[in-house]
Amino acid sequence: MARYESLLDACGGTPLVGLPRLSPAVPEGAPPVRLWAKLEDRNPTGSIKDRPAMFMVREAERAGRLRPGDTILEPTSGNTGISLAMVAKLRGYRLVCVMPENVSTERVQLLRMYGAEIIFSPAAGGSNQAVATAKQIAAEHPDWVTLFQYGNPDNARAHYETTGPELLHDLPTITHFVAGLGTTGTLMGTGRYLREKVEGIEIIAAEPRYGELVYGLRNIDEGYVPELYDATVLTRRFSVGTRDAVLRTRQLVEVEGIFAGFSTGAILHAALAVAHQAVRDGRRADVAFVVADGGWKYLSTGAYGGTLADAEDALEGQLWA
Amino acid sequence: MAIEVRIPTILRNYTGGAKVVEGAGDTLSDLLSDLDGKYSGLRGRLVTDEGGLHRFVNVYVNDEDVRFLGSLNAKVSDGDTVTILPAVAGGAFGFAAAAAISSHAATVAVR
Repeated sequence: MARYESLLDACGGTPLVGLPRLSPAVPEGAPPVRLWAKLEDRNPTGSIKDRPAMFMVREAERAGRLRPGDTILEPTSGNTGISLAMVAKLRGYRLVCVMPENVSTERVQLLRMYGAEIIFSPAAGGSNQAVATAKQIAAEHPDWVTLFQYGNPDNARAHYETTGPELLHDLPTITHFVAGLGTTGTLMGTGRYLREKVEGIEIIAAEPRYGELVYGLRNIDEGYVPELYDATVLTRRFSVGTRDAVLRTRQLVEVEGIFAGFSTGAILHAALAVAHQAVRDGRRADVAFVVADGGWKYLSTGAYGGTLADAEDALEGQLWA
Repeated sequence: MAIEVRIPTILRNYTGGAKVVEGAGDTLSDLLSDLDGKYSGLRGRLVTDEGGLHRFVNVYVNDEDVRFLGSLNAKVSDGDTVTILPAVAGGAFGFAAAAAISSHAATVAVR
């Protein structure tokens, strides 16, 4: 336990906990295969996004791009928005979030509670459309500062300078790192750091695979790959469907007592896949994976109870990570 | 047995609306050529003129991204499931789009 001068100083330094019950059993005499969970829900606003939010703001201040009283514009209503709203409040900025109209009232309430203002963009077209809308609004307000997490190197740098070193310090024998792929910042930053320090380490991405309706694209050319993404940092990339993500999310709380959001279930699914492969290959493995956030914000989906089929239906058409 | 290929909505105009089609081949490239014989033009939407996978297309063999399995040379065999998906902005932005899409979906059809 430690004491901190302010909430911002309490970001990072999250616990890495072993999962002795979920780690696969190995035959007698075989090298151990162990799973480790990095509890990122223990950050100030409850998610891994506090790290990049704080870093992006701090580096923008340092570079003179952000001055007291400035307005920050960001396309997000998820964890990054919540993190940025908290950082903006404490550092004296106004935050404007761009998000599609008809977003859940819980999200709007949470962001407004932290002091963010909201501009709604057209609902049709999904997340790609909203990113484009934010870029357009930014062009109309040249004095507003856009941190743009999908392309901001400080998003990845936050993990290069904090998440990566913390993992190596706590688990020098690490062989695999598994995290979710969204903006790609966590995997790019942590992955680059670990690759420099640990020979042969595997960097594994788990990305959520949503129902058809979620994509909202009219053709392939409307697709989007975050500017931060560099495939050479990764060694494997898994697409995890809703059912597997829900199953693993429930297993994590039932077996190990860790109550996490559904993106963590997807990450655990990929972590278990590589852990079981290590067992089959008779190789030692210390597999560290990210618990991106707690389950609180997702309780209203109803997907923590009932049958798996019910949960799958409850999440159909939703982006759960 | 054959290889099951899942087609995203935006490419189903090539498959007569079929969500799942079947094909054969030893590699992903063979499989796509086989499919192109039945669904003309499909391969051209997935593979660039330079012979690589389209930047905004992700292809998975049994849930694993083929770009880490040899890309178009990735091995496939009977019983595998191949999933084709467009690249989208993921991550923390999710929930906004979620609500937007579910409200949009409600006007179309909700399962």
